[in-house]
Amino acid sequence: MHPKSPDEKTYLFDKPKNVKRVFLFFYSALVLLLIAEFFVHKHPHFPWEGWWGFYAVYGFVACVLLVLVAKYILRPLVKRGEDYYD
Amino acid sequence: MISSLPPAAPFMLGALLLPFLRGHVRRAVMLALPVLAFINLIHLPTGDSWTLSFLGQELVLARIDRLSLVFGYIFILIGLITTIYALHVEETVQNVSGMLYTGSALGVVFAGDFFTFFIFWELLTVFCVQLIWARRTRQSMGAGFRYLMFHVAGGLILLAGIVLRVHHTGSIEFGLIGLDGPGSHLIFLGLGINCAWPLLHTWLSDAYPEATITGTIFLSAFTTKTAVYALARAYPGTEALIWIGAAMAGFPIFFAVIENDLRRVLAYSLINQVGFMVCGIGIGTQLAINGAVAHAFNDILFKGLLFMTMGAVMYRTGKINATDIGGLYRTMPLTCIFCIVGAASISAFPLFSGFVSKSMVMDAAGSGHMRWIWFILLFASAGVFHHAGIKIPYFAFFSHDSGLRPKEAPPHMLLAMGITAFLCIFIGSFPQYLYSMLPYQPVGYEPYTVPHVVAQLQILFFSALAFALLLLSGIYPAEIRCVNLDADWFYRKGARLFYGAMDRCFNRLNQVCDQWLARGLTGAVNRFCRNAPARVSSWFLLPFHRLVKAGDGNPRSLGQSIQEAFDKGVIPVGLSAAVSGLFLVLLFFLK
Repeated sequence: MHPKSPDEKTYLFDKPKNVKRVFLFFYSALVLLLIAEFFVHKHPHFPWEGWWGFYAVYGFVACVLLVLVAKYILRPLVKRGEDYYD
Repeated sequence: MISSLPPAAPFMLGALLLPFLRGHVRRAVMLALPVLAFINLIHLPTGDSWTLSFLGQELVLARIDRLSLVFGYIFILIGLITTIYALHVEETVQNVSGMLYTGSALGVVFAGDFFTFFIFWELLTVFCVQLIWARRTRQSMGAGFRYLMFHVAGGLILLAGIVLRVHHTGSIEFGLIGLDGPGSHLIFLGLGINCAWPLLHTWLSDAYPEATITGTIFLSAFTTKTAVYALARAYPGTEALIWIGAAMAGFPIFFAVIENDLRRVLAYSLINQVGFMVCGIGIGTQLAINGAVAHAFNDILFKGLLFMTMGAVMYRTGKINATDIGGLYRTMPLTCIFCIVGAASISAFPLFSGFVSKSMVMDAAGSGHMRWIWFILLFASAGVFHHAGIKIPYFAFFSHDSGLRPKEAPPHMLLAMGITAFLCIFIGSFPQYLYSMLPYQPVGYEPYTVPHVVAQLQILFFSALAFALLLLSGIYPAEIRCVNLDADWFYRKGARLFYGAMDRCFNRLNQVCDQWLARGLTGAVNRFCRNAPARVSSWFLLPFHRLVKAGDGNPRSLGQSIQEAFDKGVIPVGLSAAVSGLFLVLLFFLK
């Protein structure tokens, strides 16, 4: 955080309360989506699409794997100094 | 009777006028050109028109059918939007190149024969490079040259394929090709280079982030999408494309996660999105082709929108690395909202445009029971949300407070972004208008079913959860100023190696030749020729000299004095006469 001059306006997310609200909305959306799935009649192409929470788990696991692979495998392999090609 | 011009003509001819115009007049003409092009296009009759006879073959400048029309519409639309966005740019090279680039893209899409197709295809490269070089930085010069080399090589491969193909079939008509011989494989590869296939993609992630702020918007729209069009025209249902497309959708997201330059993140996600299109073309069912075309249409809009918002940030702050910006929502709220709309569209949130087209390709893969392809595409969908959907808006507009308080983007940029954002939401909410333009009718696809919406929202929200948890736990890779190697390492470093090897090999050869031939042999010939008169004279005169002055003279001193006389150009008349006389005597005897 940069030090603010006292007369500067406070913006939307400068208040921790607003950030908390966003997260509250976000977490309740997650729960609602999982609950909603009980009431959905599916027409899957593949059997696993019918499993409860398949998309939620896949999305979460995919992104965690993506970040871990990018950070711990790809970055050490390809990271070079900014002037590498100069 | 033809009352309209070829589709590319309004842009091409109009662009030639621009250098003679200034200020408001030039801006007005630039805004009028897309409108004129559109009016011209809707007046062209369906089927082939503007056919010209050329060397016994028929050139078709305007082939109007459903596939070419939908690309034509979106190219003209993005041409108009980009022109609005770029109204502050009054630089002849950029203005003219932008219009000619748009015209070339239209030329490719409406070409009915290989010759016209190839000419416009090459023009795309020429004008695109101008928009990269116009940034006038050292990096953009280098990236532009690499872009040019890459595409010239691709153009030659395409040309070789076309020559083989035309020789084989005897016709220059450009239509369905399919993989059935060396010519068709070369054309396939030539198109693939412009389409940024894996390992052939590096020109894109290299050059697009180096172009001018407004140039990148043009770039993101045309080169890859004309290649998508060409593949949809010539190679629908080619199985190789399914795997190529899946690879394209998959690998760039890893690079995007660790990239710091936000426009380069977008360049990687552009490859990822084109992957969905290529995959759809490879699957080749009516649903898949419709999906690929619809996704190309939407991608031009939402990717253009994302590049525009990042361009606005660059325009106001002069920075684009995630490490340098952040917290800009405070003073650029509208740009921030437009960016979120673009991000929601590319991530395929329900009610945003990506949702109604990407799911068609996914559904086509599912209907074909291609489970691995389906898994990869689903992974890519989650990944694109992760890096383009969250990373771009988060790091630019939220994240750490960079302390920057730039002004909101100028009105014309806001207008261009606003129109595009509106279209993204409009298409996402009322997909029937887009569907009615697609090549295969009726489309018969309904994206808004309850299970589909719930599944998509689950995958997006739980991807977001992963992002939030990784960020809060500090595992998310920190933004670092760095260069990330990609396949371009092979030619960027390889070229240096090649240069070194060539330097050693040829410059050594040069040195040897210089020593032995240039200095050695030529020098000898030179010396010989220079000294020849004096030598010949002394050979002739020496015997006489000896006869006359037998015994008491020194023969060497005669040679030296003759040499001296020739060097100074003071040859005694008698001597010259004697040489001439001897020469005549010699001639007499020889005769």
